[in-house]
Amino acid sequence: MATHNTKALARLMMAPSVVLLLVWMIVPLSMTLWFSFQNYNLLSPGNVSFAGFFNYRYFYSDPAFFQSIWNTLMIVGGVLLITVIGGTFLALLLDQPIFGQGIVRILVISPFFVMPPVAALVWKNMIMHPGYGVFADISRLFGTTPIDWFAQYPLLSIVIIVAWQWLPFATLILLTALQSLDSEQREAAEMDGASFISRFIYLTLPHLARAMTVVILIQTIFLLGVYAEILVTTNGGPGYASTNLPFLIYRTALLGYDVGGASAGGIIAIILANIVAIFLMRAVGKNLDR
Amino acid sequence: MARAVTNRHKVIATIAAWLIAFVIFFPILYTLLTSIKTESEAIAGFSLIPSGTFENYITVQTRNGYFKPFMNSVVLSVGSTILALIIAVPAAWAMAFSPTKWTKEILMWMLSTKMMPAVAVLVPIYLLFRDFGLLDTRIGLMVMLTLINLPIVVWMLYTYFREIPGEILEAARMDGAGLWQEIVYVLTPMALPGIASTFLLNIILAWNESFWTIRLTAVDAAPLTAFIASFSSPQGLFWAKLSAASTMAIAPILILGWFSQKQLVRGLTFGAVK
Repeated sequence: MATHNTKALARLMMAPSVVLLLVWMIVPLSMTLWFSFQNYNLLSPGNVSFAGFFNYRYFYSDPAFFQSIWNTLMIVGGVLLITVIGGTFLALLLDQPIFGQGIVRILVISPFFVMPPVAALVWKNMIMHPGYGVFADISRLFGTTPIDWFAQYPLLSIVIIVAWQWLPFATLILLTALQSLDSEQREAAEMDGASFISRFIYLTLPHLARAMTVVILIQTIFLLGVYAEILVTTNGGPGYASTNLPFLIYRTALLGYDVGGASAGGIIAIILANIVAIFLMRAVGKNLDR
Repeated sequence: MARAVTNRHKVIATIAAWLIAFVIFFPILYTLLTSIKTESEAIAGFSLIPSGTFENYITVQTRNGYFKPFMNSVVLSVGSTILALIIAVPAAWAMAFSPTKWTKEILMWMLSTKMMPAVAVLVPIYLLFRDFGLLDTRIGLMVMLTLINLPIVVWMLYTYFREIPGEILEAARMDGAGLWQEIVYVLTPMALPGIASTFLLNIILAWNESFWTIRLTAVDAAPLTAFIASFSSPQGLFWAKLSAASTMAIAPILILGWFSQKQLVRGLTFGAVK
């Protein structure tokens, strides 16, 4: 009887969270799905009609579409590559005995707490600006022509800024994981004469696998939705060179007033996210069970 | 001999680590330095020595009205965090202490709602906000931030609560503690550190959220993210002032973040890395 009551109480306690998230998931999603089959433009809201798959075909035939998918994947892949490799290297370095470790740690993790618009504007104006930026000062020092980053390498510039924001996160997580590595195991391996590289491959890397999975999962969630960094730097340009899927949908919706087209884009974004998610959730589910 | 080698090793590692740390921190340091330069100094080329004026901070307040977006950021991040905690604490509690075979599935499902790209529901949310008169209101945005962070808050609390030993509750009950005493003397002290960590981390997430805060606000409810983003327009090209505004926008969270490194790791990895 008591357990029956406890169970009912437990359900009651969970209800608000579950119901809210259910509503939050179902209502906007079904609206997006519904709109994606309608001709609906905010400039003529009286003229709403069934569109069939027109919006999807329209979105699909837009040359910007494939570029935006490519750019989305490049941002996710590029940033993951930099942060996971760089983060592993940094974590290994910070795990060594060094003077002032606490301060170094604080300096290294700081970019993570910088809000995206600030990070992007600081990089755009003070670091990468072709006239007054620090990079331009450096290249003038060496007598070379400063690079106009956002005009010449718009996507790479975005990747650099976003990687700067997420490198601290990867470093911090991997460092924490490293510190839980059994020191006896490590010493034993050293005693047995295992070289640094074989220790890294056979001992450290397997130990870090779980932390790396989590880093990749969390970062992917956020990286698929990079938005503010693009908005304040390149605004998606030049042309569509740095437009990712979120940015393309935003452009269609709020600049083109095309509710139907943006919704079709939204559904495509969900499908893309789900493909990525299925792989990741499986990996994480497995890792969390251990 | 071994000691000498270790010392040299330590010195090299120290130099390398400090160099890299300096490079990574540099954009923040440079922002800080530029914020106390004059506008002409700010574009006069590389310099690490500013003249040390605080004029920019004053101008950002008097001309751009810094205080209002700052207050919006405070109200939105604290408000949405408290709201999320009120909803999530009971749920996480129930999942940690009366787990069923569905608990794991429910948790994974909650996490999966975070996978839904925000931009995919931009149109419906925008239209709903418009129709209900919620655009550019603090209450609308607060609800939004609560919803998007709710899964993370539930997860974090769950990982903390799961570590509270259930036997302690039974022991308290055996000793004849009533429900009220149980809550006040046993549960609260043990749950408080976890709740505090979750609170801290969620403030950071809400403060820096930069999609909904920019898209759903204009003037009245705009927090610092939207305020700073408005500096990207050409007439906002005053770097010293931009730096002053940026410094003020990130300083509180930066300091909060320094104190919450451990909680951050735990919270954002859903307890998988400690």
